[in-house]
Amino acid sequence: MTQPPEPAPCVAELSDVRRHYQMGTEVVRALDGIDLSIRRGEYLAIMGRSGSGKSTLLNILGLLDRPTSGEYSLEGKPVSTLSDKQLSEVRGRNIGFIFQSFNLIPQLTVLENLEVPLFYQNAIGPESRRKAEELAVRVGLSGRLKHRPTELSGGQQQRVAIARALMNDPLYLLADEATGNLDSNTEAEILTLLDELHAEGITIIMVTHNPAMGDRAERVVWLADGRIHHIEEHAR
Amino acid sequence: MMWRGGAQVVSLGFKSLMLHKLRSALTTLGILIGVAAVVAMLAIGEGASQAAQEQIKRLGSTNILIQSIKPPVNEQSSGQSSWSANIYGLTYQDARRIRATLGPHIELMVEVRLNDKEIRVADQWLQSAMLGTAPDYLDVMGLKVARGRWLSDTDNRTLANVCVLGGNVASRVFPMSDPIGSVLKASGNRFVVVGELEPLGRQSGHVGRSIDECVFVPMSTSRRRFGEINIKESGGSREIESVELHEIKVKVDTEDNVAHASEVIKNLLQRSHKQQDYSMTVPLELLRQARESKRRFQLLLFSIALISLIVGGIGIMNVMLATVTERTREIGIRRALGARKRNIIDQFLVETVVLAGAGGVLGLIVGLLFSWAAHLFWDADVYVRPRDPVMAFAISGLVGIFAGVYPAWRAANMDPVEALRHE
Ligand SMILES: Nc1ncnc2c1ncn2[C@@H]1O[C@H](COP(=O)(O)OP(=O)(O)OP(=O)(O)O)[C@@H](O)[C@H]1O
Ligand SMILES: [Mg+2]
Repeated sequence: MTQPPEPAPCVAELSDVRRHYQMGTEVVRALDGIDLSIRRGEYLAIMGRSGSGKSTLLNILGLLDRPTSGEYSLEGKPVSTLSDKQLSEVRGRNIGFIFQSFNLIPQLTVLENLEVPLFYQNAIGPESRRKAEELAVRVGLSGRLKHRPTELSGGQQQRVAIARALMNDPLYLLADEATGNLDSNTEAEILTLLDELHAEGITIIMVTHNPAMGDRAERVVWLADGRIHHIEEHAR
Repeated sequence: MMWRGGAQVVSLGFKSLMLHKLRSALTTLGILIGVAAVVAMLAIGEGASQAAQEQIKRLGSTNILIQSIKPPVNEQSSGQSSWSANIYGLTYQDARRIRATLGPHIELMVEVRLNDKEIRVADQWLQSAMLGTAPDYLDVMGLKVARGRWLSDTDNRTLANVCVLGGNVASRVFPMSDPIGSVLKASGNRFVVVGELEPLGRQSGHVGRSIDECVFVPMSTSRRRFGEINIKESGGSREIESVELHEIKVKVDTEDNVAHASEVIKNLLQRSHKQQDYSMTVPLELLRQARESKRRFQLLLFSIALISLIVGGIGIMNVMLATVTERTREIGIRRALGARKRNIIDQFLVETVVLAGAGGVLGLIVGLLFSWAAHLFWDADVYVRPRDPVMAFAISGLVGIFAGVYPAWRAANMDPVEALRHE
């Protein structure tokens, strides 16, 4: 029996996804017919000019936003029929967000910030604590668990955010200009960390303006005016 | 796990509130003042009303009291020294008429006549009131015999020269010995002491005389020996007045008949008295009035409480709206990390309830302290019903929820994308 040459299974699939905003009489087509499959374990970059719809696409991939039309399915299951509550639960279980401005909760310690995603799954306990400690070590932040975000540097804060995004073992990490607020040295460190995570099998989707960063990805999706202009495949 | 989650939400609420200590404290103050005011006012109001009701109840809820009062001196007759001005008050005939008219509705009825007398006991002189009355007096007034016996019907029929000593008289005149069988002298008459009452120990009596200070004699004896003339000597002048009865007490059979009976008596007396030389007291009516005024007072308190709590609630709502706006981004982050709308609502509601609850607890403490101080320094009657603090606390919690629902709802219904973009 020969193993059929299966294509890498898709984590997510978008077909003819549109996101339109009604601005008075005018319609802003932030996304205008996107067909895209996200492969499991891939490192995908989304690039394009400002206003081309990168963040909009990422928000839809992260279930923070709903398409105006078109279908989006996660692991084969369409999500357009899910209620707000169900979307929240899917976000909590399956998606890891990394933001440009870190977005840690200032009144919580590092440890508490790490536990937030599990808190909403009622999974806080010794287990979650151990996991937070492991991930803190993994991103190079051991010994900072009791600190507040304001006591950390930008790079350290972004490491916390990455660790937090991994707490729920997500299907993929979504990063919107994750290094936009960092100097180039720190940026390189964070990118190295993402490379390592990818090497460990984590699916990463990142929005960036920086071509050097795009080069690290396996595929680059170029957007223009809400459409996919072309897709660049990088051999590894 | 659920419990852990709940505890975590509460501790998170505390943390967020501690981030703005002054603001949280000021917000709490609004509720604190409201709750403290309610607790203190209820305690003082309830104390005053209970004291009043207690006093009225002591008079007996089925009793009707009629007292002789000296009518105001008429301007025209004041020039001539008139006898008539000094003849006033209730008469034996009034008593007979009341008895005849009300008949079966009367459970007990007693007439009282006070004779101010210098009484000689052994070798002491005693200024006291010889109080002429009927045997029923004991029951009507709720008195108890300490030693010997009370006046009997036979005493009354036979015009016996016997007397019973009020609680304080006995202990003052006969501190050591048994007074029974001793002899008193008043206006040249000898009275044998047949009994002694237990002191009442409180201020209650007739025409300014405490019951404990009186000496009791049968009505018929009083009438025969002392007549109706009282001579009051004050300073250099002597005042002569004639009063047949100083007081009539009617105990009606049931509370339901009190209103009717008092109406009958009023009409009866109005017909036979040309001047207003008597007064009527109906404790039940007073009690009703006291309850009525208490109800009105409570309504007022309730309105004040409501207003202050609404003001406090608006304060909380205001602060919570500001907090929600300020923490828009945090809300976006939490939503992105899997928080359901419900979780966001819980989070902000818990904060509001913690604020209001803290205000409730502190307000309760301040209110109780204030009531206590009012009792200590102003001698106010204070009574805290057990349900009042519970109520104050429940109300503050409710205010918290009412004030918190809208801000929490707003927080939960933000668009996560917008919230994350918020600066
Ligand atoms: N809430 C909104 N209402 C109206 N128009 C919107 C809204 N959000 C985005 N848009 C529009 O959609 C288009 C795509 O926006 P998006 O934020 O996805 O761009 P982007 O590629 O992320 O740009 P940048 O690189 O500057 O972040 C833009 O023209 C923007 O003006
Ligand atoms: Mg963008």
